[in-house]
Amino acid sequence: MSDYLLEMIAVSKEFPGVKALDGVTLQVRKGTVHALMGENGAGKSTLMKCLFGIYQPDEGEIKMNGTTLHIKNSKDALDCGISMIHQELNPVPHRNVMENLWIGRFPEYGIGPIKFIDHKKMLRDTEALLKDLGMDIDPHALVGDLSVSKVQSIEIAKAVSNNASVIVMDEPTSSLTGNEVEHLFRIIEDLKKRGVSVIYISHKMDEILRISDDVTIMRDGQKIGTWLASELTTDLIISRMVGRDLKQRFPEKVNRPGHVLLKVNNLCSTNPRSFQDVSFDLRAGEILGIGGLVGAQRTEVIEALFGLRSIESGTINIRGKEVNIQSPADAKKHGLALLTEERRVTGIFPVLSVLENTVISNQIAYTNAFGLLNNKKRRVIASESSEKLRVKTPSIDTQIRSLSGGNQQKVLLARWLLTNPDVLLLDEPTRGIDVGAKFEIYQLIVDLAKQGKAVIFISSEMPELLGMSNRILVMREGRVSGILSEEEATEESIMRLAAQHSA
Amino acid sequence: MQSQTQSQSALRSNTLLKKLQQYASLHAIYIVLIVLILGIALWDPLFLSVTTFRDILTQNATRAIIALGAAFVLITGGTDLSSGRIVGLTAVISASMLQTAEYQNRFFPNLPELPIIFPILAATLVGLIVGVINGIVVAKLKVPPFIATLGTMVAVYGLNSLYFDMEPNNSQPIGGLSKEFTKLGTGYIGFNSTYSIPYIVLIAIAVSIVVWIIFNKTRFGKNMYAIGGNMQAATVSGINVSKNLIGIYAIAGALYGLAGVLEAARTGGATNNYGNMYELDAIAACVVGGVSTTGGIGRVQGIIAGVLIFGVINYGLTFIGVSPYWQWITKGAIIVAAVAFDIRKYVAKK
Repeated sequence: MSDYLLEMIAVSKEFPGVKALDGVTLQVRKGTVHALMGENGAGKSTLMKCLFGIYQPDEGEIKMNGTTLHIKNSKDALDCGISMIHQELNPVPHRNVMENLWIGRFPEYGIGPIKFIDHKKMLRDTEALLKDLGMDIDPHALVGDLSVSKVQSIEIAKAVSNNASVIVMDEPTSSLTGNEVEHLFRIIEDLKKRGVSVIYISHKMDEILRISDDVTIMRDGQKIGTWLASELTTDLIISRMVGRDLKQRFPEKVNRPGHVLLKVNNLCSTNPRSFQDVSFDLRAGEILGIGGLVGAQRTEVIEALFGLRSIESGTINIRGKEVNIQSPADAKKHGLALLTEERRVTGIFPVLSVLENTVISNQIAYTNAFGLLNNKKRRVIASESSEKLRVKTPSIDTQIRSLSGGNQQKVLLARWLLTNPDVLLLDEPTRGIDVGAKFEIYQLIVDLAKQGKAVIFISSEMPELLGMSNRILVMREGRVSGILSEEEATEESIMRLAAQHSA
Repeated sequence: MQSQTQSQSALRSNTLLKKLQQYASLHAIYIVLIVLILGIALWDPLFLSVTTFRDILTQNATRAIIALGAAFVLITGGTDLSSGRIVGLTAVISASMLQTAEYQNRFFPNLPELPIIFPILAATLVGLIVGVINGIVVAKLKVPPFIATLGTMVAVYGLNSLYFDMEPNNSQPIGGLSKEFTKLGTGYIGFNSTYSIPYIVLIAIAVSIVVWIIFNKTRFGKNMYAIGGNMQAATVSGINVSKNLIGIYAIAGALYGLAGVLEAARTGGATNNYGNMYELDAIAACVVGGVSTTGGIGRVQGIIAGVLIFGVINYGLTFIGVSPYWQWITKGAIIVAAVAFDIRKYVAKK
């Protein structure tokens, strides 16, 4: 009999081109909070998805109380007593609390095959459950009307009612206020007393040190180690999270920053929870990296620059002139280009060909006097840019969805380069791209900067940020927490600015 | 050695089969059309005659124009239920203005005989205006296209019926149309009523060519495919999505308007029930013709073939004496089968 309630032993998972998990072992003691830490992309979420049956691990096994589990899907996981509170909660907003709690397993009564939902029993059970957990929620309230914190409480109650012995919480405090966080911690303490184990994923050091018993740190798909929380300090955690040798290669930074091209002053979002008071400037030929943790509102800032999000106050100057950007069409006119983070959702036109995907933003260049498109010119330009960026595709008439992620990204880059922009906004441009194609994209970015284009480069990968940027702007919770010069920037200094509450 | 050559030839025939499959799935719609015609001809060889094809083309000319209009909207990932009722409205409007002076029950007793171009333009303009309303409701008010056009479909019928019920017409079918106007629907270029091409078919061909040019040769057309392919990406690419959407619905409306005029001219009259359910025929023809219901895909050739498939079924099955009720069942089955076949391309890839 082992001391551990849940064990994941030597779990490996490979995606095309990426080894997401490499023999990771996670051992969780009964009735404890086990924190799982690591940078974005360290493999925490993948590990939890393997536990919850969303992914099937290539190797390794999962044991509960010493017996091996075979988890094929989320339902198996729930049946084994594993529940997950996702970062993005998915309640049914137009239904009330008790229906959300019992969805999929409504109590029923009836004769033979004719069954009705037993609303009375459902209400009784709901009241008992909520009272037991000390949650003050009206079972009849519509879930859509409740605060994030309450919805989260309902999810936890649901997990408890499912007889969960392990509850995974992925960044549970990311959208909670101070009081709500305290409430959550009280619930977690209560869960521990019941013998439930909590796997707690968070970037927030102070939370981790306060509530967890054990801490496992991951990096690049591998486990670095497990320590008792009482033996750790913030500095120790940070150094263990980032302490790696910089083996990844980057092209030489041959670009030289020139005059100031873009100046952003006190930009505030209309959404008070989003970015506030963001100021920086960007020089021609400069690569400005933006670092920060997930949720730091980096994407929101550059989407606002591009006219995709509204601005409450603040100004944007391009070449010393204030500009008013209301839509991407305006941004395009002012020489901005944006590669979005969600390539599939907001970038590619999946069913259209590489040709159409390449020329879509620059069609005006191929129209003749009658407003008709010159197809020959379109094809020539599209083939040329595909060749220049070395897009690997059977032909330019191939649907873009059949290309690999790296090649799709090159097509999108080609699309924007055809508009001849001055400022390139790149949001996680190498996400989900294999190593070889990554280097090609780095090389392209440096070449563009060398030609005098200004580049803003959001990345959650530290080595990439350090290897590519001339300066690094770090954001935390919607604000600029610091701008580091190339000399000042280290993984530690960035992580300090990105993660610590009291800088 | 022998086994090697055997496996090689097996491989070759395999790739040949694959190529054949690919060709078949790319051109399935045309193959179905030809098989359908040959099948009916096998049943009754008399089917293969000039009259048959002339009739099928004449009957389906206006339907092709409506389907092309609907295709604009379908390719953006939307749907347009208002087409049939717009056809009815514009048929009534154009007919009401084009009666001969001698006719007893004139809609406007004191209206002078107008040059036919004027009412045609007026009716097309009315179609365009309804289209613009559809476009604004969809693009600006963000009402889902199904609901937005359902609303106009119902309201336009009401509007048409009000107009149709005005004094002194009082909901009488409008007849006595000017010869010049009906000639548009029944006249032809050629030797006689068999060996000739009807004007209405020529108009449909002209419309098809214009639509083909819009789809393939203009920025507007490319924007349409982009919006249907991924609306968010279209916005990010700097396309003014709402402006383009309004334009798309407007063109669709104008085409329905033109089709309504031609329906009145072809049949020599109009009532407020003209065009009833044409919207479903148009959508069915598009879908069978390879227009993707999720947007981004559709070609003029395919849409025309889709229209003709239903045209051949209607005409051919009547020709060989199949009950009209069976024709409905056949058509329904074809719609579902076509989409089930089409969707397999996407399902298999996941």
